[in-house]
Amino acid sequence: MIIRISDDALARALGADELAAAFASKGHEVHRTSSWGMHWLEPLVEIAGMGFGPATLDDVDAILDGTSPKAIGEIVEHPFIARQQRLTFIRAGRTRPTSLEDYERTDGWTGLQRARRIGGERIVEEVIQSGLRGRGGAGFPAGIKWKTVAGTPGAQKYIVCNADEGDSGTFADRMVMEGDPYALIEGMAIAGEAVGATQGYIYVRSEYPDAIRKLNEALRLCAGIIAPFRCEVRVGAGAYVCGEETSLLNSLEGKRGEVRAKPPLPAIEGLFGRPTVVNNVLTLAAVPHILAEGGAARYEALGMARSKGTMPIQLAGNIRHGGLFETAFGITLSELVYDIGGGTDSGRPVKAVQVGGPLGAYIHPDEFDIAFDYEAYTAADALIGHGGITVFDDTADMGAMARFAMEFCAAESCGKCTPCRIGSVRGVEILDRIRAGGREADSVEVLPVMHNAPKTGRLPEQEVALLTDLCETMKFGSLCALGGFTPYPVMSALKNWPEDFMPGREGAVRKVLDRNDA
Amino acid sequence: MVSTKQERVTEIVADHAGREGPLLPILHDVQAAFGCVDAETEALIAAALNISRADVHGVVSFYHDFHAAADPRPEVQICRAEACKARGVEALIPAAEKAAAGRVKLTTVYCLGLCSAGPSARTGDRLHARLDSAGLVEVIENAR
Repeated sequence: MIIRISDDALARALGADELAAAFASKGHEVHRTSSWGMHWLEPLVEIAGMGFGPATLDDVDAILDGTSPKAIGEIVEHPFIARQQRLTFIRAGRTRPTSLEDYERTDGWTGLQRARRIGGERIVEEVIQSGLRGRGGAGFPAGIKWKTVAGTPGAQKYIVCNADEGDSGTFADRMVMEGDPYALIEGMAIAGEAVGATQGYIYVRSEYPDAIRKLNEALRLCAGIIAPFRCEVRVGAGAYVCGEETSLLNSLEGKRGEVRAKPPLPAIEGLFGRPTVVNNVLTLAAVPHILAEGGAARYEALGMARSKGTMPIQLAGNIRHGGLFETAFGITLSELVYDIGGGTDSGRPVKAVQVGGPLGAYIHPDEFDIAFDYEAYTAADALIGHGGITVFDDTADMGAMARFAMEFCAAESCGKCTPCRIGSVRGVEILDRIRAGGREADSVEVLPVMHNAPKTGRLPEQEVALLTDLCETMKFGSLCALGGFTPYPVMSALKNWPEDFMPGREGAVRKVLDRNDA
Repeated sequence: MVSTKQERVTEIVADHAGREGPLLPILHDVQAAFGCVDAETEALIAAALNISRADVHGVVSFYHDFHAAADPRPEVQICRAEACKARGVEALIPAAEKAAAGRVKLTTVYCLGLCSAGPSARTGDRLHARLDSAGLVEVIENAR
């Protein structure tokens, strides 16, 4: 009997290796596949299309004799899978990650072959036509970026894949690299063909050892197929800010991962000052489908408004059915959290959802009808980011989460610009004072010579006004999204849950915020 | 001892000869070989790459993965980012610290990418997810 068990890092962290060994020791052939993305069922055992999970070593015998209570029926019929529109994750659960045979059998390399036939100009045209936007967070049209690089003269150009997926609540890049590495590599080779680049780099964070191992193996096996394009894995060193593209380029060059001022755009002066395409894993992994015959039109037909195609959404945090859910843009948060995610894992009411990682806004359940769309989120002072959704139940202290956002920014700031480097530290201090109920006048303020200093200390609402002001400065004065977007989680938490900052005095917080809006 | 260190660093630098932007890969190998990148090694690398010691030190001190001094204790990384907080990692920390008791080095990381199945931890290249207090204590006690 063929037993299929995922070798995704998440499944392995939950004992998939031991489970695979147990089945193998009973004389069965075990295939290690990518993960279906139903993480609450991992480790998921698949026998002839039927699923069993979450499986433990104690379940092995019952699974084999068909009496296991962990049976979930046919996997492809499972509502979580059946409701999805999978393009980027079309192979998830279906293939062995580094098997070239499996990749070719599932239409692998057809995008690259066609790209080579039609040439650079038409590749760029088709990517523009598809409406594909950068999936890293900024949502910049990928085709326009490619066109700029293609049109910039340069003897050496680069394709850089941003695989520094540092946002908490996101794991789609990891799942692509571990589950379907050839799709990413094919996308990069196509990008190379489009802009005339022969060298690619995949910058992977060091927290993803499995992804690094599998990418290296995949690159070794497919070197002949992608040639003359060459590609190399580079490992990050634990700096969150290196997910920002210019900081990533500095890191690749062997420098401190400090953000560069733009312009010049990386498309014109990127890695080693040469024209460079920097795209996220999900952007590049979507490309082989777009370049397949008629793929661009099919992609463009999905989604809404200016957000075209599909988005691999990651359901994380305190959610019952967590995992990878790829669907066309336009789905609401309420569908994602309640219908698909099944509410919280703890069974308690949902208090908040953070969309878009540590720099994304905390969204209140009252606003869950918002449609998954770049522009709709921007209009609501929120962001889609990398498509991660982290659910919190009613035990969460949003004041503590706001403080953590500032603390995280302080820990991970590259130090290049003042609003982020200093502002985040001051932000932590102000939040501490708000939560402590304001502060006394300090020893300098009370000196007789300090004529203009207040002598009575500060009320917490005055500190709230100061925080609002600080957040404005960070938002508009920071060089990159780290300092620029940290105000989103902070201000959204303050606006939606003032009781977690100044218990019993929510009115005072609202008054300050209203004054600021006016 | 000094000469062996110098030899090893020279070897590592030679392994990466011809690569574009070799400093980070070199530092990763040095960190893996010696458990740290100390001032002496920084000077050796700087000389080998013909860059200044300040350049090397700037890079070493920027990244969380490189350490100035080696720590002989086994390390357990615990994710304390938003998704793991939402799943209750903070409540596990007191027990974890008690179990570590100076024998094991506990480090905070922000995200191991197992956000739907937290709290999670990492020892070496081994990941652990869906940890409760007892599970995390077991990971820490088994850390070698």
